[in-house]
Amino acid sequence: MEHKSQQRDLATSSPNLVLYSYWQSSCAWRVRFALNLKGLSYEYKAVNLAKGEQFSPEFERLNPLHFVPVLVDGDVVVSDSYAILLYLEEKYPQKALLPDDPQRRALNLQAASIISSSIQPLHMLSMLKYFEEKMGPDEALLWGQSCVEKGFLALERLLKDFAGRYATGEAVFMADVFLAPQIAVALMRFKIDMSKFPTLGRIYESCKGLPEFVGSLPQSQPDAEQ
Amino acid sequence: MATIEEPKNKLKLYSYWRSSCSCRVRIALNLKGLSYEYIPVNLVKGEQFNPEILKLNPLGYVPVLVDGDFVVSDSFAILMYLDEKYPQHPLLPRDLHKKAINYQAANIVSSSIQPLQNLAVLKFIEEKVSPDEKLPWVQYHIRNGFAALEKLLKDHAGRYATGDEIFLADLFLAAQLHAAIKRFNVDMTPFPLLSRLHEAYNELPAFQNGMPENQPDTPSSSTT
Repeated sequence: MEHKSQQRDLATSSPNLVLYSYWQSSCAWRVRFALNLKGLSYEYKAVNLAKGEQFSPEFERLNPLHFVPVLVDGDVVVSDSYAILLYLEEKYPQKALLPDDPQRRALNLQAASIISSSIQPLHMLSMLKYFEEKMGPDEALLWGQSCVEKGFLALERLLKDFAGRYATGEAVFMADVFLAPQIAVALMRFKIDMSKFPTLGRIYESCKGLPEFVGSLPQSQPDAEQ
Repeated sequence: MATIEEPKNKLKLYSYWRSSCSCRVRIALNLKGLSYEYIPVNLVKGEQFNPEILKLNPLGYVPVLVDGDFVVSDSFAILMYLDEKYPQHPLLPRDLHKKAINYQAANIVSSSIQPLQNLAVLKFIEEKVSPDEKLPWVQYHIRNGFAALEKLLKDHAGRYATGDEIFLADLFLAAQLHAAIKRFNVDMTPFPLLSRLHEAYNELPAFQNGMPENQPDTPSSSTT
């Protein structure tokens, strides 16, 4: 299943890249977005989380935590979107996703970390399922919403004085790669009112206009269900 | 050997004794021989929301590092900043594959374990499920993460997590292992590699001096 990438830098694309992904996973989405930005083509291997394919012995060998995304680059296997981003950044430096300026660099690492540690793990589907079982769907939804709102408030404060068209200025970087999928999920799953977070809302609108982002959308993936 | 860089102004670290995220940074500062002013922020008392603290760090999180005019929070961002600015005792190996293993181990801890044991989540479980559910919840997630770490590091560990030198993964692991064993009574029998690493970290002054029980704001009654 070849991913049709909008921009392709043939001189630096690697024919060895394989991405294990699920169309609805916001973590996999981050990596799809990043790969598109770097002009890297890759083979898309779908792992159907709804059907429990992440628990297959083959996938367990790739990631014993049973999460997507997992990137395979030749004989290197990297799981976790944060680790994958940092790996890609060093191995394929075209279209840098971290700025050189130390302050903006730190901001990008921090924003991505807030999303990947303080927001997403607390509302991922397996977590919501647990809360639904223990306290019912309404409480579980409220929990998800409060995690997102708390994190978005932090991000709004963090980025307010630095954002331009994108999170840390006029170019797309790692913060945007993490933020855009997270905002999409916040809207779809938790109906967050983004007017409370104007900086984040503006960043999201900017990302939505990028072909690299459009190509990474869940509904554009080979395993998207209608 | 890398030049020993010294900060122009004394570093300041906003920290809470028990915060494992703060612990990671304390260890890094010790390894790099960087002295710093320790500014305690009592999370249980909500001090992170005091106006003076919020002015400096509107996020209300610890740790926060202040280096002259430069303010950075989030342990991962702080560690990467420190490693670039003060390259003595590098926190990352040169080899990219080994580097990626370090990033993965660090993120297993920072995304799949630690967030599920922090105060806000535990309070929520206590209130909405039951106080009896807290410990099993934390232990479940720690065991899950530890099982993954055992597998990830199996082919890479040496004396330490990714070889015979201390790197980023060790900082995250040391803090998490301490919390798992001292606070949450996790049975380490299924995790022989992590148990061995925990013992190795106990021998290192840079690690021990960063541990919760050895901080300026450690309550005198606390043993962990």
